[in-house]
Amino acid sequence: MSANALATHGLNKNFGSLVVASDIALVLPQGVRYALIGPNGAGKTTLINLMTGMLRPDGGRIVLGDDDITALPPEERVRLGLVRTFQINQLFPHLTALESVTLAVCERRKVARTWWRQLTAYGDEIDEAYDILSALSLASVCHRLTRELAYGQQRLVEIALALAAKPKVLLLDEPAAGVPREESRELFAAIAGLSRDITVLFIEHDMDLVFRFASRVIVMVGGRVLVEGTPAEIAADPRVRAVYLGKARHEAVS
Amino acid sequence: MTSEAIAVRPLQYLQAQMRWRWSEAAFWLATLLPFVLTPNYLVLASQIAITALFVLSLDLILGYAGIVSLGHAAYFGVGAYTAGLLSKWGFGEPLTGLLAAAIMAGLFGYLTSFIVVRFRHLALIMITLGIGLVLQEAANSASWITGGFDGLQGIHTWPILGKFRLDIYGYTAYGYSLAGLFVVFLVARRIIHSPFGLALRGIRENGLRMPAIGAPVHAHIRTIYTIAAIIAGIAGALLAETTETVSLEALGFQRSADVLVMLILGGTGRLYGGLIGAAVYMVARDQFSGLNPQYWYFWIGLLLIAVVTLLPNGILGGLAHLARRMKVTS
Amino acid sequence: MPSVFGVLFDGFAYGMLLFLMSVGLSVTLGMMNFVNLAHCSFAMLGGYVAITLMNAFGWPFLATLPVAFIAAAAASVVLERIFFRRFYNSSDLDQCLLTIGIVFVSIATAAYIYGTDQQPMQLPPYLRGSIAVMGLDLPVYRLFLIATALLITVVLVVTVETTRFGAQVRAAVNNQRMARGLGINVDGLFAATFALGSGLAGLGGALAIAMLGLDPQFALTYLIYVLIVVSVGGLGSISGSFAAAMLLGFSDMAGKYYVPSIGAFLIYLVMIALLMWRPAGLFGRR
Repeated sequence: MSANALATHGLNKNFGSLVVASDIALVLPQGVRYALIGPNGAGKTTLINLMTGMLRPDGGRIVLGDDDITALPPEERVRLGLVRTFQINQLFPHLTALESVTLAVCERRKVARTWWRQLTAYGDEIDEAYDILSALSLASVCHRLTRELAYGQQRLVEIALALAAKPKVLLLDEPAAGVPREESRELFAAIAGLSRDITVLFIEHDMDLVFRFASRVIVMVGGRVLVEGTPAEIAADPRVRAVYLGKARHEAVS
Repeated sequence: MTSEAIAVRPLQYLQAQMRWRWSEAAFWLATLLPFVLTPNYLVLASQIAITALFVLSLDLILGYAGIVSLGHAAYFGVGAYTAGLLSKWGFGEPLTGLLAAAIMAGLFGYLTSFIVVRFRHLALIMITLGIGLVLQEAANSASWITGGFDGLQGIHTWPILGKFRLDIYGYTAYGYSLAGLFVVFLVARRIIHSPFGLALRGIRENGLRMPAIGAPVHAHIRTIYTIAAIIAGIAGALLAETTETVSLEALGFQRSADVLVMLILGGTGRLYGGLIGAAVYMVARDQFSGLNPQYWYFWIGLLLIAVVTLLPNGILGGLAHLARRMKVTS
Repeated sequence: MPSVFGVLFDGFAYGMLLFLMSVGLSVTLGMMNFVNLAHCSFAMLGGYVAITLMNAFGWPFLATLPVAFIAAAAASVVLERIFFRRFYNSSDLDQCLLTIGIVFVSIATAAYIYGTDQQPMQLPPYLRGSIAVMGLDLPVYRLFLIATALLITVVLVVTVETTRFGAQVRAAVNNQRMARGLGINVDGLFAATFALGSGLAGLGGALAIAMLGLDPQFALTYLIYVLIVVSVGGLGSISGSFAAAMLLGFSDMAGKYYVPSIGAFLIYLVMIALLMWRPAGLFGRR
């Protein structure tokens, strides 16, 4: 029984002469909260795409728990517990929040393919979806179409969809991106409230979030892992400062 | 408005959504009117019911799963020829014919679904077009089976359920077609309101998100494609049995294109849109049947441009939009 | 039964015609992802303009060619400004339906003005008959067709590979957002490319009269072939269109001569097989 939730070995990906991932070797132990930071274009989202199977690597392996998932399609990886959210909301505009999360629950429970029974016969699934939405303070708007929700609420639905899949490893791609300050309270509470059983890796530019929620930080530059350590270590590392944190401090001040 | 939502448990809310509306009941009652009001047009009514069933099958893949098919008539034709051949070879029992057509069309749909599912955008359009054209050419070439250009001869439909003989006025034909349409519609309505129906809408709304929530998108599409092929096959069989003829145009490109126009006209993704589109289109075509076919296509072309530009969700979509605006202003 | 070489030669000429009629659609599809099923209506327009100038106004054949090009290009600019640009972000289905509507209207209009029969056409004497080249009898018109089309192809390739305009087109096809970010006026570029592609189609239509005939159904009949060329060749690829057009030209001619009963059937099967092997087309990217 592996103590590591997710591990990559020598992950490579390039588009022609453009190298977007070079020899990525990461080991994420269970239950740890990781932040993945780096300048734009460092390959952070690409790494998530590689891990989730949306991109096929040119070389290397990905191991989830005890299973080698390198050859598995994305939906199989989700079944095994590797779930992600998207940097730009990928939601179902004309489905209500409840319908969207119910769909995710039904897919997880493998009942989504039954075409001969009414949805209303699946009370358990609907209740579970409702509970997930309630925990994110979305119960009052669960019957609204997703496209009619405020952006912060939509971002929460994005997380709800991921939670409905009962993840063991959760990859969050800039969860706070685009969310105005007033609406981000629930979002931060949701992230803080994530169960300790779930291993979380989140990409963030907001250093506030990084220092609040991450116990370890990975820095990526130019498709490579530059360094890994605790937030304090990373903040003090001169290489990181030179590449990234120096700029961020400017942004935080202004 | 939100406080009401909290008070209503989610299950009850969804149940209320899926209940039969009085407008639906009115619609189906209205389909019985031709027996009384326009008994001279029962043959046309029968054709409309059959075409409506065919359009319904296209709505399931286009309006709900987002698959643009320019070759859906292939399955209609397979069903028509299956039922026709079965009758020609001596067994004209109509319900058996429907079953045989459903099986053959479903089989063909299942096999081609493996191809169709791998494509999007232009390639998908071309593949579906290609499948339809291949079948059309094959049927043309195999004229020793299909009767080629002259069509299948010698179809004789036995009385339905042993009692209802086909008559020249079309009473039996319309009753049979309407019953077929209604029964299959009930099945389609059930599919739409099932978890699978929700999954289809998910595919249509955001195909990228579906694998990310663990959905086997290809398997889902194959399932609905097969179901749609079965329904199209049943519609084709109904045509063969009620008109006692089958010709090449049953699986021609013209039929694939016409059914697409009817669906768009009525509005996709609403089940009833296809039915209304079929009725409007075919009544109009019948009224203008004296017109030179060239001119008919001029007006259809203008109609298409108008619908896409002004009424993108078809007639039903426009009505729904109107209803929403009236609710807001009143 | 004509010789193998005769069939090949015909296939080559046919392929070049298909290339002229398809290359514009391939590039504009690759650039803007706009499914323009009315592309062959522009070809048909070029054909009818040429015919009208020749039969009603007595113009010499060669003089009608540039006018066919310009007329088709101008018509496309008008349509693009009024209709198409509103639909660049619409679904495939909406674009299909809009442009099919335009096809229907164009066919009906042509039938109304010119009737449904094939248009009679007299080639100038110097383009008729055949000449003997190295022991083979080559039809003069086919030679002329091939020479003209090759010339245009060379000009096209040179433009795309060496001029700034060509570089911008390649950039916009490759990555539209990036091209905009670099300051390229993609909308204007697209309008120009669209006009150019439609003009070429119009020219192809005029050239096609003597070989394929011209009637109102032209816009639909050859649409299927053009779509096959574009989807098999790969969107946005000139070389892909060329290869696919040649392939289709040869196959169709060979099919018509050697296995006429199942010729069309084979074409569609081969198309399906090729798309399954390479869904993005032979030279396509996505």
